[in-house]
Amino acid sequence: MKRFLLAAAFFGILLLLWEAAFRAKIWSPVLLPSPRQVAVYLEGAAVDGTLANATIVTMRRLLIGYIIGFLVGLPLGLLTARWKLWQDTIGTLALGLQTLPSVCWVPLALLWFGQTEVAMLFVVVMGTLWSVVIATETGVRNVPPIYSRAALTMGSKRLHMWFKVILPAALPFIVSGMKQGWAFAWRSLMAAEIFVTILTGFGLGQLLHYGRELSAMEQVIGIMIVIIVIGLLADKIFFSPIEKFLHRRWGTSQA
Amino acid sequence: MHQAARARSAVSEELEVITPSKLAIENVSKNFQGASGPVLALDGVSLNVAEAEFVCLVGASGCGKTTLLNIIAGLEKPDSGRVLADGRPVTGPGRERLVMFQEPALFPWLDVFGNVLFPLKLKPNLTNEDRRDVAKYYLELVGLSRFERANIHELSGGMKQRVSLARALAPNPRMLLMDEPFAALDALTREQLYGDLQRIWKARNKTIVFVTHNVREAACLGDRVLVFSPHPGRIREEFAVDLPRPRDINSVDLAAYATQITKALKSFGKAEAPVTA
Repeated sequence: MKRFLLAAAFFGILLLLWEAAFRAKIWSPVLLPSPRQVAVYLEGAAVDGTLANATIVTMRRLLIGYIIGFLVGLPLGLLTARWKLWQDTIGTLALGLQTLPSVCWVPLALLWFGQTEVAMLFVVVMGTLWSVVIATETGVRNVPPIYSRAALTMGSKRLHMWFKVILPAALPFIVSGMKQGWAFAWRSLMAAEIFVTILTGFGLGQLLHYGRELSAMEQVIGIMIVIIVIGLLADKIFFSPIEKFLHRRWGTSQA
Repeated sequence: MHQAARARSAVSEELEVITPSKLAIENVSKNFQGASGPVLALDGVSLNVAEAEFVCLVGASGCGKTTLLNIIAGLEKPDSGRVLADGRPVTGPGRERLVMFQEPALFPWLDVFGNVLFPLKLKPNLTNEDRRDVAKYYLELVGLSRFERANIHELSGGMKQRVSLARALAPNPRMLLMDEPFAALDALTREQLYGDLQRIWKARNKTIVFVTHNVREAACLGDRVLVFSPHPGRIREEFAVDLPRPRDINSVDLAAYATQITKALKSFGKAEAPVTA
C-alpha cells in the first residue's frame, strides 16, 4: 500500500510539473498542451471510438504477427540447437538478421507487399522471429547434460525428452527471448504505422502520424501515453507473472 | 467401490517388492581420447553381482569406476566386453537400472512431487491416480512427505538426494546405480543417509552398485567392497564386509575394515590419496 501511494505521488508530481510548465508559458501551447487538453482529446477519441478502433487494429497486427513469429521461431531454434547444419545456416542467418533493427524491414515489406496488412504482419514477424530463434537455441544449449542423462535412465526418449525435459529446462531463456521479440515487434510496428497509411485499418501509429500532420499536439501526446500504457500492461499482465513463476521455481533472484 | 478396489490393487502391484537383478560384467574395456592420446579407463574388468547384493566400488578419482557405472547404466558403450543384466546384454539405458548421480540432477521446473512423478509418468499401464499414490509412498519412504510441494532450490543438499533417491526408486527398478551420491554432503547428513539407505535397501530388496572414493562409506554400506587401481582402471582387490546391519560408520569393527581397504588402495602407489574419514 505504501509503495502504491509513493508511486501515485510520483506520477501526481509529474503531472503537476507538466501543468506548471504549461502555465509558465515557456513554450507555445501548440507545442506543449496542458494535461487537461490531452485528457479532453483522449476522452473524445474514446467516446467516438477512434481510440478503441486504432488499438484493436494495432493489437491485432501485433498479436497475429507475434504468434506467427513465436510459432515459427521456436522450432527453428530447436533445430539450430540440435543439428550443426541448421546452426551453420539458419543459426547464422538469425544472428545476422537479429542485429538488423527491425524497422529496417519496413521499406522492403512495402515494396514486396504494398501498403497492405501483410506488410505490417511481415514487419512484426521479422521483429519477433530472430530473437525467439536465438533465445531458444541458447536456452537448449545451456541445458545441463545431466538432466537429459537422468531422463534417459528413466526411459525418456526423443519427443518426450524434447517436450518434458529440454524445453522446460530452456524455459528461462525462451521467455527472455519472447520478451525481447515482443519489444522488437512493438517498436517496429509503431514505426511502420507512422511511416505508412494502410487503408484497411488505422492503427495507433497512424493516429500519431495524423496528430503531427494536423499539428495536434494533444493528440500526439495522448496517443503516446496510450502506447506506453499498452507496453506496461503487456509486461504486467503477460510477462511479469511468467517471470515470477520462473524465479520462484528456479530460485533465481527476483529483479 | 469396485473401481476403487481395482485401483488399490494396481498400486499394490506396482509397489510390490520384485526380484532384484543380478549383474555380470565380462571383460569390459574402455578407452578415452585424452589430451595426450588415448587413456585406458577400464582394462578388462570382470565382475559378478548377486541378486540383492550391495557392492561398493572404491578407488581414487580417475580410476574408471564412474565409467564402469555408466556402462552398467547403458549411458556409455564399452569398447570391448559386455554387461549382462539378468542374462540379457545391456544395450542402452532403461528403467530396470536407475542411476543416482553425485549432483541430484533434479528438474528445477518441477516441484518435489513432480520430480518423483516424472519416471512414473513414463511407465505405461498406470492411472494418474496410481502414479500419485506410488509417488506419495516413496516420498514417505525417504521421509519427505511434508515437502511434496516444495521447489527444488528450497531443499538442503541432503533433502535433494533423498528426493533423488525417491525418484530413482519410484519406477521400481531391479537395480540402483549410485555414483558418489553423498560426496557433496556434510558428515552428519551423510551418516543419516547411510542408515536410511540400508533400511530402504532391505525394505525394497534392490541390487545396488555404489561408487565412492570414501573408504569408510564403502565399508559401511557394501556387502563387498571392490578396490580399483587407476591407469589403467582395474579391479585389484575385493573385501567381503562381514558385519551385522544396520552398520554404524563410527564402529571400531568397521574402522578395521576401512584400514585394510585403505592399505590396499595405497599399495597401488601413484594414485592420489583417497578420503578415509
